Amino acid sequence: MATTYEKIATTTLGSASSTITFSSIAGTYTDLRLVCVYTTANFGIYTTLRFNSDSGSNYSDTYLIGDGSTASSARDTGATFIGFGAYPNGISSGQFNLVETDIFSYAGSTYKTCLIGSSLDKNGSGDVQRLVGLWRNTAAITSITIQTNGGTMSVGSTATLYGIKAA
Amino acid sequence: MLNTVLGSLSSGVAVSTSSYESIASATGTGSSGTITFSSIPSGYASLQIRCNILASASNEFVSLQLNSNTGSNYTRHSLQGIGTSAVADGAANSSSINLDGNYWGPQSTYATVTIIDILDYASTTKFKTVRIFNGQDNNSNRGQVGLCSGVYRSTTAISTVTINISGGINYTTDSQFALYGIKG
Repeated sequence: MATTYEKIATTTLGSASSTITFSSIAGTYTDLRLVCVYTTANFGIYTTLRFNSDSGSNYSDTYLIGDGSTASSARDTGATFIGFGAYPNGISSGQFNLVETDIFSYAGSTYKTCLIGSSLDKNGSGDVQRLVGLWRNTAAITSITIQTNGGTMSVGSTATLYGIKAA
Repeated sequence: MLNTVLGSLSSGVAVSTSSYESIASATGTGSSGTITFSSIPSGYASLQIRCNILASASNEFVSLQLNSNTGSNYTRHSLQGIGTSAVADGAANSSSINLDGNYWGPQSTYATVTIIDILDYASTTKFKTVRIFNGQDNNSNRGQVGLCSGVYRSTTAISTVTINISGGINYTTDSQFALYGIKG
């Protein structure tokens, strides 16, 4: 039987970096799934998502956050990225952020929509988040970049990209 | 440490990629608002349905029915973020499980994306529990993301899943639906 859920690539940082990029993604799957775990030595670091190296104002997102006391929601329109991990509150040294993303019909000819789950706990604060992101472009996604808002992800931070193939 | 954390992650999709199998898929026809997966085998621990939904018109809703049951045997709860606030909603004794949290329905240009997990679907002793992660965004005032839970109050093993859109509108040909089985 053909493999349905397949690892495409894993990146584990050997030195601190502000970006992790997966490029030359084949169009042979139905959906993509990206799982990332990172920490930082900096203060207030969140991460963002861009496709095909597009830095234009072609992204938007809507998110739901529970922060331990309140559930709230906000959105970004005409943005230059999709909020990805710990967005917008950030993590700091000694804190970890787990992020899972599903990118639907990434090789199709419609705008691209993704679902993101971000989890972080700071032993007294933190949040759990669900986010929907939109990239207003009909091109197939061949490159995904995770980028911080300024500082770096630490050594050992890792991201794995999977492909999911429907029958 | 980080690799250990990654290895323990689980959110609907099993970490072991070999335990996740494609059962069937469907594409919208442009002339129907119904997608049905039937004759689903019972050899998995749970089912997952991944949807990328575009509709011929807006302001309608997408819902789930199991085993073609149209009785008042479904219950659901929803927590959604709509860009300005978090809203919760629920319904009992419904004839289906709404996938949108009863807020925005699908649109024609901006996809509604949804992951449906049906746990222990082949049990003959338990009611069937469903969890849903859904979202859509239109770069304006119409976005939502959230979670829904639902129960189908039947102990019959699930062999058919139907995803309907209301209002007599249709799924466009860019709509994609895929059914997967996850082994225990």
